[in-house]
Amino acid sequence: MSILIDENTRVIVQGITGRDGTFHTRMMRNYGTKVVAGVTPGKGGQEIEGVPVYNSVAEAVQATGADTSIIFVPAGFAYDALLEAILARVQLVVCVTEGVPTLDAVRAIVVARSHGVRIVGPNCPGIISPGKAKVGIMPATAFKRGCVGVVSRSGTLTYEIAANTNEFGQTTVIGIGGDPVIGTNFIDCLKMFQDDPETRAIVLVGEIGGSDEENAAQYVRQYVTKPVFGFIAGQTAPPDKRMGHAGAIISSGSGTAIEKIKAFQSAGIEVIYEPEELNQKLRARL
Amino acid sequence: MFAQAGIPVPREAVAQTQFAAKTIAQELGLPVVIKAQVLVGGRGKAGGIKRVARIEDVQPVAAEILGMNIKGLKVEKVLVSECVDIKSEFYVGITIDRGARQPVLIASAAGGVEIEEVARTSPEKIHRCTIDPLLGLVPFQARNIGMRLCQEAKLAQQFTAIAQKLYRLFIERDCSLVEINPLVLNADGNLLALDAKVNFDDNALFRHPENEALRDLNSEEPIEIEAKKAGLSYIKLSGNVGCVVNGAGLAMATMDLIKRFGGEPANFLDVGGSSSPDKMALALRIILSDPNVRAILVNIFGGITRCDDIAQGIILARQQADIKTPLVVRLVGTNADQAKEILATTPILWADTMSQAVKMAVAKAREAR
Repeated sequence: MSILIDENTRVIVQGITGRDGTFHTRMMRNYGTKVVAGVTPGKGGQEIEGVPVYNSVAEAVQATGADTSIIFVPAGFAYDALLEAILARVQLVVCVTEGVPTLDAVRAIVVARSHGVRIVGPNCPGIISPGKAKVGIMPATAFKRGCVGVVSRSGTLTYEIAANTNEFGQTTVIGIGGDPVIGTNFIDCLKMFQDDPETRAIVLVGEIGGSDEENAAQYVRQYVTKPVFGFIAGQTAPPDKRMGHAGAIISSGSGTAIEKIKAFQSAGIEVIYEPEELNQKLRARL
Repeated sequence: MFAQAGIPVPREAVAQTQFAAKTIAQELGLPVVIKAQVLVGGRGKAGGIKRVARIEDVQPVAAEILGMNIKGLKVEKVLVSECVDIKSEFYVGITIDRGARQPVLIASAAGGVEIEEVARTSPEKIHRCTIDPLLGLVPFQARNIGMRLCQEAKLAQQFTAIAQKLYRLFIERDCSLVEINPLVLNADGNLLALDAKVNFDDNALFRHPENEALRDLNSEEPIEIEAKKAGLSYIKLSGNVGCVVNGAGLAMATMDLIKRFGGEPANFLDVGGSSSPDKMALALRIILSDPNVRAILVNIFGGITRCDDIAQGIILARQQADIKTPLVVRLVGTNADQAKEILATTPILWADTMSQAVKMAVAKAREAR
């Protein structure tokens, strides 16, 4: 099995008439994803890449029975697009848009939670269940169907890491996004991978900032029985200028790469320092 | 900004010269406090905050602070404030709790020192509550923290009013951090914001043109500003292996690998998603402007970024300048084959994998030194 998306997932593209929306609609369809509708207010009735366009998400859901949405609208409109998808009761919203104001993400996530909707992102490459469906912007050639679950805060680094597990392939690869506030975190994904019978090993790709990796480590120690591998980017990164100093108080003593690596190690997560080691490390454990 | 938000502050004014400082001091009455106006923390420790009791001392003290360099930033302005008789000092701030994915109000009875310090040494002195963004900071939440902080209902009420105004400021201006440190209790029994700091959410700048005016470009590296304008994210470091990578995570991982294989990265550079040859050429120019750079590593995992764009950018950069620095290139993903054709006659070193590319670049940098 895979998690979050598979060959039955029915996808709406919000912002389908934009450059990125149109391009990735084509790429997702080429991969075999069931893209059933697009939404751009005022452009209902058109067809893009063979996909019917509607004026609203609610109309699109009603007409097509879509259960998932992917958002390509500009940052200033992302909050509205997120709320529209949530209130139209799709189950999963993948927000690719980069540069969404943090407070917009905060509000949208609260609303999503109260409606039982999952947000992935913002600022993420999306999700791919190789061989089944892709709801995202990743290059399909980096992935192969198999038994490793990958979850990452990054974009291109996710492709690099996944490509180095191709001896075993992947059940699902999720880019959860690089923003400080995101809808789905490591623990959410760990839970799903642990419960997925086809996933035999999990790779966590973290980076400096926040404490999601530390929380994930604690969760792994308590609940995850499958082999978990961890990679942390940013061991040589200078302190993030954008991180305000009250950010440091929240993590009090966590947030650097070294602390995250220590947290991984103490939870029995095998730390990877070089992406190219992965196939070999997987071989040793599977 | 804090005064505009209705938060009580001392009487004060900004001076750009020692003479203006004196005029302000005369109007306020002595003693006064003179503070360096720079966009970094830790001014007090650096000697950028001084109390002056006599009018004849105002000019020399202001002149001294105005000439200072604090953490690499030249002091161009000072703030001259009335001297407040302090009975006690508190800290109050609002930021985003990333784990809770909500704003959080943080307060401490240990005001006047950096909050990270308090968090390290005496975390029990810190009070916090997360704020539901749909409800806002509800009065009882602020009052409860106020009571724990001041142990007195009347002061807790004052604290509540200040905390709510602070929250409004946080929301209305799309901040990532607002803090008052110290919030002081003066001899008259009133709470007053003596010093404050605010960080804005970069992602929300598009809807706050008023924040752009507050930006002090002098306090940012000119080359980092130029990069940012072009949509590149560049941070200069001290090593000698320059790197051009697409994606922040992969860029960090590349830097880490340089270090792992015995080199030192000269920079962080993310060429961003949809690359163009111009952007790539600019990226190379920026890296070459760093005299420490002995080798350049280009590591691209093409997705949205097209490898042929990257290749064209390398050609363009070579037309614009005579590049003698060794160039190690690793391109995979979208249009990588085309890129290899484009660069077929260009003297560069090809690598197939990330580890191989990093090892080659580190070796080249070592040879050139």
